[in-house]
Amino acid sequence: MKATAPTAPPAAAERPTSPGRDAWLRLRRNRLAVASGVFVVLLGVICVLAPPFLGHGYADQDLSLGATPPAATHWFGTDELGRDLLARLLYGGRISLMVGFVASLVALIIGVTYGAVAGYAGGKLDAFLMRVVDILYALPFTIFVILMMVFLKQPMDQLDTWLRQFDFLKNLQGIGKIVGLFAAIGAVEWLTMARIVRGQVLTVKKMEYIEAARTLGFGHTRIIFKHIVPNLLGPVIVFTTLTIPSVMMLESFLSFLGLGVDAPLSSWGTLIKDGADKMENFPWLLVFPGGVFAATLLALNLLGDGLRDALDVRAAKD
Amino acid sequence: MLRFILRRLLETIPVLLIIASATFFMLRLVPGGPFTAEKAVSKEILRNLQAHYGLDKPLPAQYAAYLWDITPKRFAPWRLFADTDRNESPDFDLKAAFGINLGPSFKYPNRTVNEIIADKLPHSLELGLWALAVALALGMPLGVLAAMRKNTAADYTASTLAMVGICVPTFVMGPLLVLFFALHLHWFNASGWYFASDRVLPAATLGLVYAAYVARLTRGGMLEVLNQDYIRTARAKGASETRIVLRHALRGGLLPVITFLGPAIAGIISGSFVIETIFQIPGLGREFVTSAFNRDYTLVSGTVLLYAGLIVALNLAVDVVQVWLNPRLKFE
Amino acid sequence: MRAPIQSSPVPFSYLALALAILLFPGCGKTGQATASSPAKKILNVGNGAEPQDLDPQVTTGVTEHHLLMALFEGLVAEHPSGEGIAPGVAESWETSADQLTWTFHLRAKARWSNGDPVTAHDFIRSYQRILTPVFAAEYSYQLYVVEGAEAFNKGTLTDFAKTGFSALDDHTLVLHLVQPVPYLLYALRHTSWFPVHLPTIEKFGPPDRKGSAWTRAGNLVGNGPFILTKWLPNQAITVERSPTYWNAAEVKLDTIIFHPVEDNNTEERMFRSGQLDVTETIPTDKIDAYRRERPELLRLDPFYGTYYYNLNLTRPPLDDVRVRRALALALDREAIVKTILRAGQEPAYHFTPPYAGYTPGEKLTGGLAEARRLLAEAGYPEGKGMRRLEILYNTSEAHKAVAEAVQQMWRTGLGVEVALRNEEWKVYLDSKDNLAYDVCRAGWIGDFPDPHGFLEVFMTGGGNNDTGYANPGYDRLLKSALGLPDQSARMDIYRQLDTMLTRDVPEIPLYFYKRVHLISPRVKNWVPNIIDNRGWQYIDLDPVIASGDLKGKD
Repeated sequence: MKATAPTAPPAAAERPTSPGRDAWLRLRRNRLAVASGVFVVLLGVICVLAPPFLGHGYADQDLSLGATPPAATHWFGTDELGRDLLARLLYGGRISLMVGFVASLVALIIGVTYGAVAGYAGGKLDAFLMRVVDILYALPFTIFVILMMVFLKQPMDQLDTWLRQFDFLKNLQGIGKIVGLFAAIGAVEWLTMARIVRGQVLTVKKMEYIEAARTLGFGHTRIIFKHIVPNLLGPVIVFTTLTIPSVMMLESFLSFLGLGVDAPLSSWGTLIKDGADKMENFPWLLVFPGGVFAATLLALNLLGDGLRDALDVRAAKD
Repeated sequence: MLRFILRRLLETIPVLLIIASATFFMLRLVPGGPFTAEKAVSKEILRNLQAHYGLDKPLPAQYAAYLWDITPKRFAPWRLFADTDRNESPDFDLKAAFGINLGPSFKYPNRTVNEIIADKLPHSLELGLWALAVALALGMPLGVLAAMRKNTAADYTASTLAMVGICVPTFVMGPLLVLFFALHLHWFNASGWYFASDRVLPAATLGLVYAAYVARLTRGGMLEVLNQDYIRTARAKGASETRIVLRHALRGGLLPVITFLGPAIAGIISGSFVIETIFQIPGLGREFVTSAFNRDYTLVSGTVLLYAGLIVALNLAVDVVQVWLNPRLKFE
Repeated sequence: MRAPIQSSPVPFSYLALALAILLFPGCGKTGQATASSPAKKILNVGNGAEPQDLDPQVTTGVTEHHLLMALFEGLVAEHPSGEGIAPGVAESWETSADQLTWTFHLRAKARWSNGDPVTAHDFIRSYQRILTPVFAAEYSYQLYVVEGAEAFNKGTLTDFAKTGFSALDDHTLVLHLVQPVPYLLYALRHTSWFPVHLPTIEKFGPPDRKGSAWTRAGNLVGNGPFILTKWLPNQAITVERSPTYWNAAEVKLDTIIFHPVEDNNTEERMFRSGQLDVTETIPTDKIDAYRRERPELLRLDPFYGTYYYNLNLTRPPLDDVRVRRALALALDREAIVKTILRAGQEPAYHFTPPYAGYTPGEKLTGGLAEARRLLAEAGYPEGKGMRRLEILYNTSEAHKAVAEAVQQMWRTGLGVEVALRNEEWKVYLDSKDNLAYDVCRAGWIGDFPDPHGFLEVFMTGGGNNDTGYANPGYDRLLKSALGLPDQSARMDIYRQLDTMLTRDVPEIPLYFYKRVHLISPRVKNWVPNIIDNRGWQYIDLDPVIASGDLKGKD
């Protein structure tokens, strides 16, 4: 829901919880968004907690079984190697959600820091930093992610070997690749965030109460954290929510190219790619991963849109 | 305005230079080269091959030669499409127009990168334009509908419907459409790029992805305009809702969509790999991805440069159009 | 161009007809082309990837090979039965008693597609071109069996007249070999032995430079049963019957359209919609469905190749033959073939595929119990104390599935921990060449139907060995084989060599390949060919069957 004066400054900067509460009230009225949020959280919890209780691992094969449709023993059926699809889906959910959230977090951290510094510093530094962003904007991104995944292959394998010396990571095959995914995708997605944050900082910086705070002799740190950061939260939250689904989609695209996570680990992207190839003869291989993936993306998008309306953020993404 | 355009064009020079250099060195650092083949090639033959493509020279010399080759040496954009007698495909002659020589392809020895781009780019562009048409035709009405019935079931349905495309990967949507429309209903060919009807399924698959963004932007833009005073005035005067939307609100609602067009076109062109593979379209996206896997150095660099150039040009065009449409903005 | 975008279910055949007349007569799909001129026989073939080039002396791939067999013809040609060879440009040939001198008599009727006669001098000039050092032909080594060829190619001999290639007159070609090559006639079918038309090549640039425009449609001059008429990169390559081909009267098809379809799911859909008559391959998950519902469309032919895993002998614990043998014995090949590959591939318990006249050597025997025993004997009971092994494979669904199954079998059967590493093609080749792996997926497909090529792979230091296997006894024995006058004695040696590989286990054989196609019942004379060579001149096409018949299952 949009306020009539779109850029009206939060009137009650002394009580920073109040606009938040307002937004929360507005969000709550958007039932679709709330339901979406609940769905994503629930799904995340299931992916993290449920797998040990399934009785099937993601790599346990039964070649004599082959691909079987859903049944009592395997709720979502099995793939051609006789592996339980539900187990693979939930483990894959861990990977996909992790890639989605962590890569977005990487983008968030780089973007917010970069944008805030540029916006707050202003002047020549700002101009320079933003020019760099402009330059990076001219890179063909899909292509650069592909190039990076191809080129990072070896370092990622080395990282994988190194990481798996540690006991708690020993069984996580392809962890290096996942870290590579974070880096490649995060590196691509932070630009828009930086622009948004900078714009917001510039607007807020000129507000009278900031001027007032400055004349009162408050330090930079206090001004940044007490007054500017709370004003950034809205756009940042909205944009992050909308980044997660696009990151997950990018991951599935990389899986299509064979640049996704390593076997026998699966992500939703690799499962869907596999299912799309086999949908005519083994439709369940596509229906379940595809359904869950689409529902998650839809939920995240609806949540993002809901938040945008509630927090009254304009054109956060586009 | 001319100064603005000129300045922006000048700024692209270092951008393209950085991109060209980065790709050049990255490619040569990756394991595997253009002549790594399954059946081993003897040392003598390998040496001869490298000599043939100038890869035996020291890296700095190769780099210098490469930079010189890609430097524009003349400016004759009118010759870009001048020579049309070669082959059936429309031409796009970077060499005649700007003296840019992207070199011979390693994988396809009888073709130059210039030629491959000239052959493939038009197909990708065509696909992109059709897809964009689908995205606009689908996204805008949905966006308008959502804005007019804000926060009602109609709004939610329209917004959700528009989002189908961003929730279903194209490599799922494409085969699904083919199975249904081509193999079940027999309306279209399963793939190919010969007839006008061959454009329908690929354009729909790719267009659906962008429909959601267009719908979202239209809705946002419309809402903003619908709150403006002049709309209220029109309403007070008793103008019909349809008239208000068509005559006044839509115009304002379009602005963010136009801003979006630049990045969208760039994304469509460079992101069409999946579609081109599924539908057997002889486009540049497919060419690029295979060239990266083939280590076709010159073809990778050439396509990356071209894409970067296109994106820069599109962004610039969008900026100009935006200012032109919205007099309140000025050229920085 | 008009855009007839249909919104109602127009019957497909009307639509095809309308489009055919409206848009592109003579290009595209079967249904449409036959509708415009029912007498023409147009074969639509799925052909894997876009060819690198159509210069037989430049290309190296299977894709190009298929095309070149339509455009050029060597001294010998394919036999209509798919087995053995038939006379090609050479009408007849004889060999000297020591098997070192071969004389080929070229037929007077042989013509290039521009009308020039094909002469022995054309062959000589072609061989000089492919062996010229600066030309850097990747497959020039195929000619090294001829005296002086290697020296000339490496630049140590500069006078081509001093090599073993000579033309006695326009129609007599003589080859002097370095050593007897019993399989020479079969090797001659390889594209590197094909003649090229130098006057044409010279028109478009210096003959020793690759990549001139001579191979473009309209420029290319060949001597095969078909001529190149259209080349749309990444779309289609069209060849049409050549009127100058010496055996033109016997050529059945008017046109062949080769479609470079890389995605095998796309290809299968194109076949089902009637756009292709023959596919390059078929997605494995669809094999069972076709076998069940449309078995007449499915072709599973033997293919002269072995799928195997290389073991890196330079890395412990793989330097221990007991460990290697244990790994080889612990695999359930039947299950892999049956569940994953499904095309009836033959499980391989030795390296060289069996083929006419050759009985392979000793098989791997013992099973899982023996494998466990060997592993314990080597000091790793139940896999304890053994480091984790890594299987390297190149990115592909099929390789992935096999590797996943092998991983599971070693883990559960032997207690050996295994990781999977997938690398994209070029990186994989690099790792394989540099022995930067433990276990690595590999495949070998024979260029000619003779075990020699297979066994040559494991020569000490051989370019394709890639395992670190070095056995002087093996090398000596292999070298001695070619000189043997008697075929059966030669095969005996190969059997011994095969047995050596089974005992030393530098590699783990998994299965022998199958060629898998979907093929329309209209296509006639498509015979199985063990090395997948196509004699396009023999293939025929029935008049159109009602188009519904081609749609396959829905």
